Amino acid sequence: MTASATDPHAQTLTATAADLRIARYAAIAILLGVVEAGFPSPIPGVKPGIANIITLVVLWRYGWRDAAWVSLLRIFGGALVLGGFLSPGFALGLCGGLCSLAALGAAQYLPRRWFGPVSLSLIAAFAHIAGQLGLARLWLIPDNGIVRLAPVFFGAALLFGLANGLIAARLLRPAPEYAEETAI
Amino acid sequence: MRGFESQLLRPGDWLITGLAASAVIALAMLAWRSDGATHVRIYQSGKLFAELDLAAHRTLDVPGPLGLTTVEVAQGRARIAADPSPRQYCVRAGWLSQSGQVAICLPNRTSIELTGSKPRAYDSLSY
Repeated sequence: MTASATDPHAQTLTATAADLRIARYAAIAILLGVVEAGFPSPIPGVKPGIANIITLVVLWRYGWRDAAWVSLLRIFGGALVLGGFLSPGFALGLCGGLCSLAALGAAQYLPRRWFGPVSLSLIAAFAHIAGQLGLARLWLIPDNGIVRLAPVFFGAALLFGLANGLIAARLLRPAPEYAEETAI
Repeated sequence: MRGFESQLLRPGDWLITGLAASAVIALAMLAWRSDGATHVRIYQSGKLFAELDLAAHRTLDVPGPLGLTTVEVAQGRARIAADPSPRQYCVRAGWLSQSGQVAICLPNRTSIELTGSKPRAYDSLSY
C-alpha cells in the first residue's frame, strides 16, 4: 500500500477473481441485511433472513468454501454497518450462522437431481434457529421455558426457509438461452 | 433428460418440506402440551382437608374460621364457588383446570390446588 519500492519487506496483495467474486456477493448480502433491518419484526428474533439467498446462490454455484466466506463476511460486515457488533444479537446471529454453515457443509452432498436449493434453504434455516435457540438457552435465558418459544421460531424458519429457497431456486434456474448474461 | 433441474421444487424438496412441517407440528404439540389436572387438593389451615377427582361432579363445603368455603368440581375443573372472605380473591380466580393452579382464600384459611400426572414444580405452598 504505502510501502516504497525499496522496502525489502514490501508485499503485493493481489485479489484473485475468487476474492473479487466473494467480495461482490458479500456486499450484496450485507445490503440485503441492511434493507431487512429497516422492516419491523412482529416477534424479536424472527427475521426473513433474505441475505441467506445470496449464501445459497454462492453455495450452489461456487461451493461451500465461498459460501462460508460470504456468510461470515455478511455477519461481521452487517454487524459493523448496523452497529450491533459483539452485541448479544450479534452472538446469536453468529452462532446461528455457524450452525447453518455446518449443516450446509453436510447437505451440499445431497444429490442435486433430487434436492434443490429449497432443501438447502430449509436445512440452513432450521440449523440457524437451532443454533440461536441453543445459545440463548445456554447463555441468555438459562431456563427450559424457552422451549415454549421454539415452535414459533421453527415455524418462522419453515416459512422463511421455504420462501428464501424458492427465490434462490428461481435465481438459479437454468435458462439455456440467456444463462450467461443474467449471472448476478 | 433435464427433468427436475428446471423445477423450483424437486422431489427431495417436497420431502424435506414435509419433514420440516411435521417437525414443527410435533414440536408445537410437545412444547405446548398443557398438563391437564386430574385431582384437586383442598387445604384447611395448612392441612389436607380432602382430595377430589376432577372427573366427579360435586360440591364440598369446607368449614373455616369465618364460615363455609364452597368448592365446586365439574367437568375436569374446580373453583371456589363461594367464600366468606371480604375481598373474594379466590372466588374471582374462577375455574381452574391446569395442574399447579391454586386459589387461596386467605381470611378463611382455605385453599385448593390442582394436581396432575407430573410432580409439581415447587416443593410446598404455605401461608
